[in-house]
Amino acid sequence: MHARKEFFNGFRDELPLLLGVMPFGMIYGILALAAGLTTGEAQAMSVIVFAGSAQFMLVQLLAVGTPAIVVIVTGFIINLRHALYSASIAPHIKQLNPLWKTLLSYLLTDEAYAIAITRYYKRDASPYKHFYFLGAGLALWSSWQVSTAVGVFLGAQIPSSWSLDFTLALTFIAIVIPSLKDRPSILAAISASVVAVITAGLPYKLNLITAAIVGIAFGLWSEKA
Amino acid sequence: MMNIWHIMLIVGLLTFGIRLSFIVILDRWQPPKLVERALRFVPVAVLSAIIAPELVLVGGTLDISLGNLRLLAGIVATLVAWQTKNIVWTIVAGMSMLLILQHFFA
Repeated sequence: MHARKEFFNGFRDELPLLLGVMPFGMIYGILALAAGLTTGEAQAMSVIVFAGSAQFMLVQLLAVGTPAIVVIVTGFIINLRHALYSASIAPHIKQLNPLWKTLLSYLLTDEAYAIAITRYYKRDASPYKHFYFLGAGLALWSSWQVSTAVGVFLGAQIPSSWSLDFTLALTFIAIVIPSLKDRPSILAAISASVVAVITAGLPYKLNLITAAIVGIAFGLWSEKA
Repeated sequence: MMNIWHIMLIVGLLTFGIRLSFIVILDRWQPPKLVERALRFVPVAVLSAIIAPELVLVGGTLDISLGNLRLLAGIVATLVAWQTKNIVWTIVAGMSMLLILQHFFA
């Protein structure tokens, strides 16, 4: 019963993020076909790779005939930031069996991580927090598959003037701001923001990792000072 | 010769491997205290790094002015997030602000 409630809560808390994810999924589907993938290939990539920005980059590189090795390395580098999520989630799911760990790793995207980690940081000792993670992850996974299919089959497109892509930044604001409770985390947020903007020109979204490392360093330094 | 399915499978496996990496490593290995303390800053650092360019870069160039509607909407959303700590209200406030500003100024 508690497990089911956690699952439901995770699913529910992920829903606001889907507003930003669905248009991306649809646009990915359209782009993939334009890049020459078949409908089956486009949908399979959403299942097998399951990583939005990497998928966008992959289909664009494939469209211009980039050598396979370059495509693979690019995909790898874009997704490297997930290693940070992996390290951050790891201590919380240590007690789970390998099947759970495999499943949750597969579902560990930006948006699922953002929601799941807020649950792990709540102090209550619920033994079912991984069900919350699973609920959030599956909500995101299904919406990504459905929106890919919609993009692929209908070719429908939400007008960009609706600016729905902005909801993703807003969701992350809603998650970050309440977590800025002490000087070290505020300093981490500010320094990561500044570095992310300064290094925005780096390829493969490497600015995210650079900024995260600087932010973490400033946070640690401020704890000591 | 690699075809698209090979590329997809390799990138998929690599991505899965990255996501699984520390979940497996931290099972067998007790990280130093410093690393444990560092992990606390991961969410705030990564998410801030995703947000900031969305707000202040317009077509790749820095724009910190009243003409940057996303920055203005982001500031409103920040205030609402701070006051309400609620995701839905923050999104509603930020999106309404952006759409209203776009209606009048874009």
